[in-house]
Amino acid sequence: MIYNIKRDHNRFRSIVKGKIKQELKKYVSNGEMVARKGKDKVTIPLPQIQIPKFRFGDKEKGGVSQGAGRPGDPIPGQPGQGDQPGQGEAGNEAGEHQLEVELTLQELAEILGDELELPKIEPKGSKTVRAKVDKFTGISNQGPESLRHFKRTFKQALRRQIASGTYDPDNPIIIPDKSDKRYRSWKDDVRQENSAVIVYMMDVSGSMGDEQKEIVRTESFWIDTWLRSQYKGIETRYIIHDATAREVDENTFYRTRESGGTLISSAYKLFEKIVQADYAPSEWNIYPFHFSDGDNWSGEDTRVCIELLEKTIIPVSNVFCYGQVESRYGSGQFYKDLMEKFGKGHDEVILSRIENREGILDSIKDFLGKGK
Amino acid sequence: MSLSPEILKSKEYIEKVARDYGLDFFEVIFEMVDSDQINSLAALGGFPVRYPHWRFGMDYDQLSKSYDWGLSKIYEMVINTDPSYAYLLTLNPLVDQKLVMSHVYGHVDFFKNNYWFSKTNRKMLDTMANNAMRIRSYMDKYGQDRVEDFIDQCLSIENLIDPNLPFQQKKHSESGKVKEPDPNEDGRLKVDRSYMDKYINPQEFLDSQRKKKTDEKNRQKKNPPEPQKDVLLFLIENAPLEDWEANVLSVIRDEAYYFVPQMQTKIMNEGWASYWHSKIMTQKVLKDSEVIDFADRHAGAMAISPGQLNPYKLGIELYRDIEDRWNRGRFGKEYDECDDLVEKSKWDKNLGRGREKIFEVRKIYNDLTFIDEFLTPEFVERNGIFSFDFNRRTNRYEISTRDFQAVKEKLLTSLTNMGQPYILVDDGNFENRGELLLSHRHRGVDLDFRWATETMKNVSAIWRRPVSLETFVENQKKIISFNNGEVSERTV
Repeated sequence: MIYNIKRDHNRFRSIVKGKIKQELKKYVSNGEMVARKGKDKVTIPLPQIQIPKFRFGDKEKGGVSQGAGRPGDPIPGQPGQGDQPGQGEAGNEAGEHQLEVELTLQELAEILGDELELPKIEPKGSKTVRAKVDKFTGISNQGPESLRHFKRTFKQALRRQIASGTYDPDNPIIIPDKSDKRYRSWKDDVRQENSAVIVYMMDVSGSMGDEQKEIVRTESFWIDTWLRSQYKGIETRYIIHDATAREVDENTFYRTRESGGTLISSAYKLFEKIVQADYAPSEWNIYPFHFSDGDNWSGEDTRVCIELLEKTIIPVSNVFCYGQVESRYGSGQFYKDLMEKFGKGHDEVILSRIENREGILDSIKDFLGKGK
Repeated sequence: MSLSPEILKSKEYIEKVARDYGLDFFEVIFEMVDSDQINSLAALGGFPVRYPHWRFGMDYDQLSKSYDWGLSKIYEMVINTDPSYAYLLTLNPLVDQKLVMSHVYGHVDFFKNNYWFSKTNRKMLDTMANNAMRIRSYMDKYGQDRVEDFIDQCLSIENLIDPNLPFQQKKHSESGKVKEPDPNEDGRLKVDRSYMDKYINPQEFLDSQRKKKTDEKNRQKKNPPEPQKDVLLFLIENAPLEDWEANVLSVIRDEAYYFVPQMQTKIMNEGWASYWHSKIMTQKVLKDSEVIDFADRHAGAMAISPGQLNPYKLGIELYRDIEDRWNRGRFGKEYDECDDLVEKSKWDKNLGRGREKIFEVRKIYNDLTFIDEFLTPEFVERNGIFSFDFNRRTNRYEISTRDFQAVKEKLLTSLTNMGQPYILVDDGNFENRGELLLSHRHRGVDLDFRWATETMKNVSAIWRRPVSLETFVENQKKIISFNNGEVSERTV
């Protein structure tokens, strides 16, 4: 029997990717994908791929079942007060489930890259990071039994038995002895790779609300996905700041809410320190991303920031990205100040304004569209 | 892969036991497959060769994922053909293989003997392979995308067929043919004596005859003359399709008809197979050491999940109930009219006709008539069957009642037309503009609006003209139209 299913499966996968590409904006802006991220895969709900048919409305239908309970009791196993249509609905027909597909982060990055027409990144710096990969490249006479190469061993034994005349075609039993055994052997493959670090800096002062953080979170997810597809073994560092800055882990980065004032320079100083300590600019591709609502404490601090940017941050970074999330409380002054200073003729600074969720995709394009 | 000697021995034994019980089946060919193969086959509806389509890949994706996650495992699959093919999972322990084989003989007996399967194509394996080849040649000629898009459109309406059509004497399409012209053109009655003519055929009579004629003519001009349930057939005969498109649509229609009896007899078929695997295993096949494993598998198949109806469970219990009732004579006028509950509970006429009865039942009933005939208040109560509805106020499904009539009605409604809405072609020249009018025979449940409009878009692509649908939305009669990418709605 020959199964054609793999071909149909590939066809399905490519249709899925096409659909996601079509609706990328929706997926990007609702941020749902972030929550569905696994180690290297994302699960994406895709109800719209199903073939439409005339069918009854689910809520109207109800059904028949068996079990305990009195009239008025809820049917067990329903999702909480979920009012999204089509989610985990009860029904007496099989097969009415929400369609979900899995994509690897690599595939997702490809879709993002295709859709936004993101250029491949030109890495800078020498290839200094050594990545060691074990590769099975040859065959040896010694080795652990778990790596025994069955076919080679068999061939060797067959050859020996034919040569020694002990092979009987009517009773083709092959018994390998110790000298026949062959094992897979490996070589350490050392490759030079480009390495990159992303440093996310976020303003967590009182004026940044949950919505603003959600936008930052979603945008970072996509930037992360893209950069990871471009560099192997990428590192990420997180800095949060209000009037003072500190380094935190990923979880804290997205969840903290402080309420102090804002001194952006504190974050920039910390960034400088981290880079000095861990990432030699000649060897690393460094990507600082700073998200804020643009409300800095004073013009004086902004001047400090600009000086830091000019003197130390921009020279070490591939590109410095500043994303300003619109907020009801923020004045947005910082963007204007940076614009004035770096708006023209500065390729190494990218400024982007993110008005709301819908703006995330455009902002990603702003940041990554230059292939730096 | 061929069967191992051990399994082969069990197979021969089980086959013999099944025959001794009176089961009458086609020859069954068992194939050993691994889990990936069974997922592939399941995605293809059991048939190894089918036309290329992404939907099979989608089903495969879902099945293999849920298998990988340990959520589900396909235990048995059998195809209704002669000889019948069934698949066994290589990794299963012997007791599972025995259970599956016993179950399969039940299914194949059902395929062979149930009336609703009597018109199915038993050479479907070949037909499907031929269909696949034909569609593949279209793909080579017209491009995969184009053919696949058209298949998508056809699949969108594959449920709009008439399950009773195979059992009708005359073909539906012939009713549309123009009858021989009547020699008495004006409907005049025959008069032997000419002077009687003005009395027998007065002017009023002739007028009314003429009117009848014109009405009749108009009706004949209408296409279809009567609302037609087989929408696919109507489209094949009347839509402006290219030859290959008409052929693709016919393929989809034939395959849809092939699967109809399986949908019509889900409860009966699974119930019957479960009844027999249970009987064969527990009485003839099981070794002592296998009892626990068997009980575990059997209980797994019979498990009830909330908000769903398990056809295996309902089916097996109903057959057992029928067997018991006919063994003890608990049926008929005398029993029904007995008011004495004590006497009723002790009722036993020692008829012993149970086995005979269930064989008869499996021959002539389908799920709808099965439930209608044999569901009793006692059964509903004993098995804790209830009906549930969505409560908009609390935003959840709730048990609505355990009342016998209500439960039965709900169950019958869900089985009527295989749980699909009744959609008919009403007019192929709607508004005298060559548009298509479909009508939904509303039986108390509204259509899913979004799905309906998406489907109409596909119908419109096949019909190549605007398509309208007459239905009820929240007790309002409406006509929904799909015209050039736009959906409009008006109240009638």
